[in-house]
Amino acid sequence: MSYGIDTHGGHGTDLAQVEGDPFADPGLPHHTPRRTDIDARAANRAERQVAGLFGLSTILTIGFIVAFVSIDKEDTMYVVGLGTINSLNFALGVTLGGSLLCIGFGAIHWARKLMNAEEIVDYRHPMKSSPEDTADALELAKQGVADSALPRRKLIWTSLIGAMALFPLAPVIALRDLGPLPHKKLRGTLWDKPEHREIVHANDERRLKPSDFALGTMISAKPNDLESLEDLAKAAIVLIKINPQEIRSKELADRGYRGILAYSKICPHAGCPLGLYEDETHHMLCPCHQSTFDLADFGRVVFGPSARNLPTLAITVDDEGFLVAKGGFDEPVGPTFFERGDA
Amino acid sequence: MSTPETPAAPPSPAAKAGAGVATYLDERLGTNAAGKKNLRKVFPEHWSFMLGEIALYSFIILLATGVYLTLFFKPSAQEVTYDGVYAPLRGAHMSEAYASTLDISFEVRGGLLMRQIHHWSALIFVAAIFIHLFRIFFTGAFRKPRELNWLIGNGLLTMALIEGFAGYTIPDDLLSGTGLRIAEAVILSIPVVGTYVQFFLFGGEFPGDDIIPRLFIIHVLLLPGIMLALITVHLMLVVVQKHTQFPGPGRTNENVVGFPLMPVYMAKAGGFFFIVFGVCALLGGIAQINPIWLFGPYYPDQISAGSQPDFYIGFLEGSLRAMPNWETNLFGHSISWNVLVPGLILPGIMMTLLAVYPFIEAWVTGDKREHHLLDRPRDVPVRTAFGAMSIAFYLLLFINGGNDIIGLTFDISINNVTRFTQVALIVVPPIVFVITKRACLGLQRADLNRVLHGKETGIIKRLPNGEFIEVHAPISAEERFSLMQRNTYAPLAAGPATDEEGVPTPGHKVAKVRAKLSKFWYADDMPKPTPEEYAELTAGHGHGDDHGTDVEGHGH
Amino acid sequence: MKRLSARRRHPLAGLVVLLLALGAVGGLYSAFAPSGTAEAADDASSLQIQEGKGLYITSCSSCHGLNAEGTSDGPEIAGLGAAAVDFQVGTGRMPLQSREGQAPAKKQLFTEEETVAIAAYVASLAGGAPIPTAEQYAADGDLQEGGEIFRTNCASCHNFIGKGGALTRGKYAPNLTGSDPKHIYEAMLTGPESMPTFSDGVLTPEQKKDVITYIKTIAAEPDPGGYAAGRIGPVTEGLLVWTVVIGALIGAAVWLGAKPS
Repeated sequence: MSYGIDTHGGHGTDLAQVEGDPFADPGLPHHTPRRTDIDARAANRAERQVAGLFGLSTILTIGFIVAFVSIDKEDTMYVVGLGTINSLNFALGVTLGGSLLCIGFGAIHWARKLMNAEEIVDYRHPMKSSPEDTADALELAKQGVADSALPRRKLIWTSLIGAMALFPLAPVIALRDLGPLPHKKLRGTLWDKPEHREIVHANDERRLKPSDFALGTMISAKPNDLESLEDLAKAAIVLIKINPQEIRSKELADRGYRGILAYSKICPHAGCPLGLYEDETHHMLCPCHQSTFDLADFGRVVFGPSARNLPTLAITVDDEGFLVAKGGFDEPVGPTFFERGDA
Repeated sequence: MSTPETPAAPPSPAAKAGAGVATYLDERLGTNAAGKKNLRKVFPEHWSFMLGEIALYSFIILLATGVYLTLFFKPSAQEVTYDGVYAPLRGAHMSEAYASTLDISFEVRGGLLMRQIHHWSALIFVAAIFIHLFRIFFTGAFRKPRELNWLIGNGLLTMALIEGFAGYTIPDDLLSGTGLRIAEAVILSIPVVGTYVQFFLFGGEFPGDDIIPRLFIIHVLLLPGIMLALITVHLMLVVVQKHTQFPGPGRTNENVVGFPLMPVYMAKAGGFFFIVFGVCALLGGIAQINPIWLFGPYYPDQISAGSQPDFYIGFLEGSLRAMPNWETNLFGHSISWNVLVPGLILPGIMMTLLAVYPFIEAWVTGDKREHHLLDRPRDVPVRTAFGAMSIAFYLLLFINGGNDIIGLTFDISINNVTRFTQVALIVVPPIVFVITKRACLGLQRADLNRVLHGKETGIIKRLPNGEFIEVHAPISAEERFSLMQRNTYAPLAAGPATDEEGVPTPGHKVAKVRAKLSKFWYADDMPKPTPEEYAELTAGHGHGDDHGTDVEGHGH
Repeated sequence: MKRLSARRRHPLAGLVVLLLALGAVGGLYSAFAPSGTAEAADDASSLQIQEGKGLYITSCSSCHGLNAEGTSDGPEIAGLGAAAVDFQVGTGRMPLQSREGQAPAKKQLFTEEETVAIAAYVASLAGGAPIPTAEQYAADGDLQEGGEIFRTNCASCHNFIGKGGALTRGKYAPNLTGSDPKHIYEAMLTGPESMPTFSDGVLTPEQKKDVITYIKTIAAEPDPGGYAAGRIGPVTEGLLVWTVVIGALIGAAVWLGAKPS
């Protein structure tokens, strides 16, 4: 070992390596020839195999082109083990994959069987530069520093540091218009606005009335005249109808209408839409991280990582008998943000 | 190095042309000197040295197929009404990004193949980075002088995860939108700046129109550009520092034994590229991946049961699911530990520990030498045990990320899977550590036995005194040398607390910690036999036995 | 022989035999019962109700009570209507095999005719939703609309193409891809077990038809990209990469580095 033991530092040896190998290095084993090195027939066979693979690759690439121009892109076919699949995609993938694999196997087969198989030795040099080089480099660096006049003109140095430290601010500042400031946008939803309090079906946007609900009904809904996905991402709700006797508190029952309760559809943990409602237990499960909320009990968390209950929306019916929200949510919906607080 | 051919053969036209090109380039770029240095560059041969290559090649495939996909993909959140060939969505409102991904899948000939190759090679890319990382870690290839390349590799891994997530997100399907929504929650959970970062990144509230084009440019330009540069440096460092090799006869810390770049590794590595590409293409033709048409377009009020990210994000999903529901509300502000810890702090700690491990180990061993010979995992039990323990921790998170799939498949309650994970995350890694370390020491002992007593032949002999013994055959000098060519370290001593004059030694406390760690690392290692011990053991037995076997007296 | 002995050990075998016997008794009863009350039955439906009553009494009443009023062993089902009974009995969920967990769909104990008869009997007690007609659940609705409704209200439990999913505490939403359209309709209408009800008010009969159209069309849709590994998304894809693909590539690397003979 040419590197030896490095000993410096005040506490005994810094390196705890126990030196020495008990056995001498027997040296590189002798090269044993392969069959293709001694048997000309084997070598010729290997050559034919390599050439065969390269030839097959050529044919498969032509097959790719033929498949591309001749197979209709909507054709399907049944392949055992794969099912009914798109013919063109299958043909293209198999021909291209086959063609590439043939090149790969051919090249490696060639290297293994026919190229010179004798291992060669190269020598390493420590990454560290030689002392002479280090000394020379140091000398050059000193010369450079001296030539720059910096040691004598300190003002340049300090002002340069200031300039270099500050200029990155410019591009950072330029990023300001990436988006608006949050203000209080995350605190409210479309339900806060009186003109958006009609509860409409999430899909066909018709208004819903209490008589549409049977015991145990669940349906996704949203406010009327919703225009953007950003509004939907906060205002989406689910309506459920529970036997009023099973609602745990009068306060909650009063937020609903004759057993119909409205809850935010957006999980207060990470914002996934909820919808796994179990009618028998009144539990609502989030499919993302499995927070479970008891909808008969103010959306109380009964399991999972959510720290907050599922917000309820107070509802009633309007003059025409359709369901409407009494107002917005009492708290921000969706995932917690720093400025949220306990409200 | 030339093969014995007829010496006076005139150069062929091809050779002449080659020489012409070489001269042309050399006169302008000085390439001949570089060629002299690198054409016969030696690469040691071992299958595990090709794992990083898988990652490199899948990256190249990703670049190629990715360029193709950008020719057809429209990174826009603009709402359109679909009227393409896929009947179940005809008439649906969706983003242009999703619609154009449908078009790539159904209308562009070969588009589906390219999409599928792209996605398969993305999964292979990340998986290959992982197994390459394991190889580097468990063989100690990160030791001096390769610590900087280890850090570059760490950076590449982190970027690969973000790059993959961005690519998974931009088609704007229901599955990827769900992932993006969770990412938004994680960003919102950052104290102080989180809300602002989210608004700037998304251009306002979630989902907004900006995130798809922004993730697109991050996915196709920013990250691939940085990664390409880092991969180039990563490889250049391998060339400069030369590849590590496993110990063996004739293989020392000062040489590298293997096959030359030209022609053997040009053919082998080049061929392997085609194999990786071929496998990806074949998969693209026969195995469906990310069928976004089945997921539907993204709407923030829709979701699917069993929504899962690609595997490399699964550990984050699992950590989010396993985290207790902690949140702090103080002075009108909130910190949601239930999102911040599993989504950012935990992965941050995991990546940091990974990055600094080489420096910790170097400090504990005090070893400042260059290492070009690889360790066998058993020879460094504590490192191997740390690795196994970390993998166990990661796997538990990963498994919990699929607790609903597991629950459904094996008919177990997801609540129980989560509770099990919460306990297991604390209990299992230390157990894995102890078991792995014991196993390594056991293997060391087996190596030592093999060196000192030879290999078991399976032949049972009855001695004249009636005792049964197994005949052991001595192993070859090559094997003996290979097995015992490992570093053995004695635990460091902390040194005295005060010097001769009773003045406290500066840094003594640190030295004590270091000595303790060093003891933890190395105190249990099997010592190598000294040459004298070996001579003594072998001399007493029947050397020169006519069967060439060495009879050991310690029958069982 | 091996298969036979394996079957013999099945813990539920005794129960199955018992239920089969009960069913056989019920069948016998139904064969004889109409003749006993022939004078009252001059129209087909009351005959059917009589047949159903017989089957009900032998197979259902021990848990649900003689008048479907419910007992400590089973809920009241009077008033649930024919659709609910047809779903529960038609999918084999009832009669219940075990009280543990959720009632799984299994081989039906009754023929379709008998099922309809029981449903008619329960409906005759206190009304309720009737069994939908073939026209109502024909898969010829609006495919796209159905998909949207499905993703908004159904996919959260049943997954994006109806493959099913896990619920809390070992419960699950079943796989719909092979389900009878009639049963899907009935399930939406009546909300069996954990499932909420999608009354005609919130999901009109046309919308239910759209949903069925979507489930059935998607289930029959080919997988253009090739082998779909159960169509459950990234989990199987990741599994495939880590086992088969990385395995194959490491195999190639081993071959590449092995010394040839």
